[in-house]
Amino acid sequence: MTNQNIPMTTPVKPWTFDDYTNSYIRRAASTGIYDIRGGGAKRRVPHFDDLLFLGASMSRYPLEGYREKCDTKVKLGTRFAKNPIELDIPITIAGMSFGALSGQAKEAIGRGASAAGTSTTTGDGGMTPEERGHSSKLVYQYLPSRYGMNPDDLRKADAIEIVVGQGAKPGGGGMLLGQKISDRVAEMRNLPKGIDQRSACRHPDWTGPDDLEIKILELREITGWRIPIYVKIGGARPYFDTTLAIKAGADVVVLDGMQGGTAATQDVFIEHVGQPTLACIRPAVRALQELGMHRKVQLVLSGGIRTGADVAKALALGADAVSIGTAALIALGDNDPKLENEYNELGTTAGAYDDWHEGRDPAGITTQDPELSARLDPKTAGRRLENYLKVMTLEAQTIARACGKNHILNLEPEDLCALTIEAAAMAEIPLSGTTWIPGKTEM
Amino acid sequence: METIDLTTCTLRELNDRLQRQSEVTNENQWEVLNPKGAHAIAVGLNAPLEVLIKGSTGYYCAGMNQKAEIIVQGSVGPGVCENMMSGSVCIEGDASQYAGATGQGGLLTIKGNAASRCGISMKGINIVVYGNIGHMSAFMGQSGNLVVLGDAGDALGDSLYEARLFVRGKVSSLGADCIEKEMKQKHLDILQDLLTKSGADADVRDFKRYGSARKLYNFDIDNAGDY
Repeated sequence: MTNQNIPMTTPVKPWTFDDYTNSYIRRAASTGIYDIRGGGAKRRVPHFDDLLFLGASMSRYPLEGYREKCDTKVKLGTRFAKNPIELDIPITIAGMSFGALSGQAKEAIGRGASAAGTSTTTGDGGMTPEERGHSSKLVYQYLPSRYGMNPDDLRKADAIEIVVGQGAKPGGGGMLLGQKISDRVAEMRNLPKGIDQRSACRHPDWTGPDDLEIKILELREITGWRIPIYVKIGGARPYFDTTLAIKAGADVVVLDGMQGGTAATQDVFIEHVGQPTLACIRPAVRALQELGMHRKVQLVLSGGIRTGADVAKALALGADAVSIGTAALIALGDNDPKLENEYNELGTTAGAYDDWHEGRDPAGITTQDPELSARLDPKTAGRRLENYLKVMTLEAQTIARACGKNHILNLEPEDLCALTIEAAAMAEIPLSGTTWIPGKTEM
Repeated sequence: METIDLTTCTLRELNDRLQRQSEVTNENQWEVLNPKGAHAIAVGLNAPLEVLIKGSTGYYCAGMNQKAEIIVQGSVGPGVCENMMSGSVCIEGDASQYAGATGQGGLLTIKGNAASRCGISMKGINIVVYGNIGHMSAFMGQSGNLVVLGDAGDALGDSLYEARLFVRGKVSSLGADCIEKEMKQKHLDILQDLLTKSGADADVRDFKRYGSARKLYNFDIDNAGDY
């Protein structure tokens, strides 16, 4: 037999060194710098898709769809604030900065959220008049960088969110690369145009929860104890972080899992630091319950919320509301396949575009380029966001009615089962078809 | 002169009365007795008041001040004048950590010493310290001026942007991207103006100026060791 006639095995690429990994190595070797990108974790982690609602049957009876009322109103900040935030729906818009987003995108978010009866949130860089003007309820983020922070805007806010961390990068700061620093962004942040703007990972004037308690006191004194103070934490140690936030005096705890997006940070940070959203919620709820603060200090969950089912599952597990960022951008028009040719020119494809920090977004959302920004019509995009928020609310109501609940916050863990052992363990929900909660009950 | 005694008046009542004053108030002179280290005294003021605090205070005294002139006859805890926008604040004693943090305007005078991170992330405030300052002062300072008549601790001006640092005494060490720079006439003028406004008795010729080398403004892998 000649060599030509020997049967060959199919060439096998190593699992450890797959095509993506090899491209990562080649890129690192070529550039000498790690990859920076926007968005949240792209890896598959246990998520709300791994839970199901049981619905009603003999032992539970449902409410009539479209006929019997299922309330969706929620109130955030009832612990100390004179004026808690009252929302028509339990879905809020997460903090995203003017700078990371175009002025048109911020306006569109304000329009859409206000029409749907919910709140928006500023981001690093401060509050713009357009954002305040188009947002009926605006949460003012108080960040380590304090870019654009001033007491006049603080007093205009409907709530303050002290950002301790975020799910995409718990323990990390931020970076707005020079190419997105327009004249206006530079002026708001009091830095030269065109330089990379680093956002610190720790607050400059307090360290630890004892100091945070005093910082919250100061903010309450400046705002006359009128508006709620939120504390936002990344999904690192949710039980302890929630406990400490409550003890420091938070009215609301915002908990962001690793699927939560960021404007820009290292890919290695996004994919390898922090916990999945699903794994964060029950320890946080347990902290609230043990302190007798569940439903008194409200819990807002974020990080990968996409559908009304996700909303309903988060609330059933104990959250009072959810927050969306990436999903809101997609509703505005981010990563739309109709822009595929332009995404191709940027070396990517619709659905995968994440170089938000480069400011070349063809959708006009994550850019400060005047020509690109002008592509986004704030009214049209705002209407799309409004529609999306309403669809999610209707979906969550549909599920709640099917579980026999006349208020969306009446959903409870008992309404759920888990499809996988991992999800059952993380969410502390029985595996479907069993009474087994790994780590909690005997199999 | 309005007098508020914090042994008989709550912090909320104090701040509420001060915050209610308008630009044209007749009640523009205030005296605060028995602060006893309380936190958040005279925060969020937004009128040209004269406030005399007779004693030492806790955290965030005069936080986010706008327009008011505040004198503390004692020492202050962490974060005095944090994010101050305008006005002037004079501390007759010492200041703890983060004095003037992220301040955007106004003048903070500390007649004693200031602890670590004085002027951290300063964004336009002017700070004059008669004594010494601790480590990591002016970290990520963006703009404004920090004048130190005494010595500066380790890592002065680490990751500095455009803030100007003037030190008369010894500097333990400079932080990343912070260098000594030439003292030009315009800097001498700025320094003299601040010394005069703060009442400090010093000769501008005895100071050295420090600022950013601007090597870390845009990320360069060959500077990674400096981060």
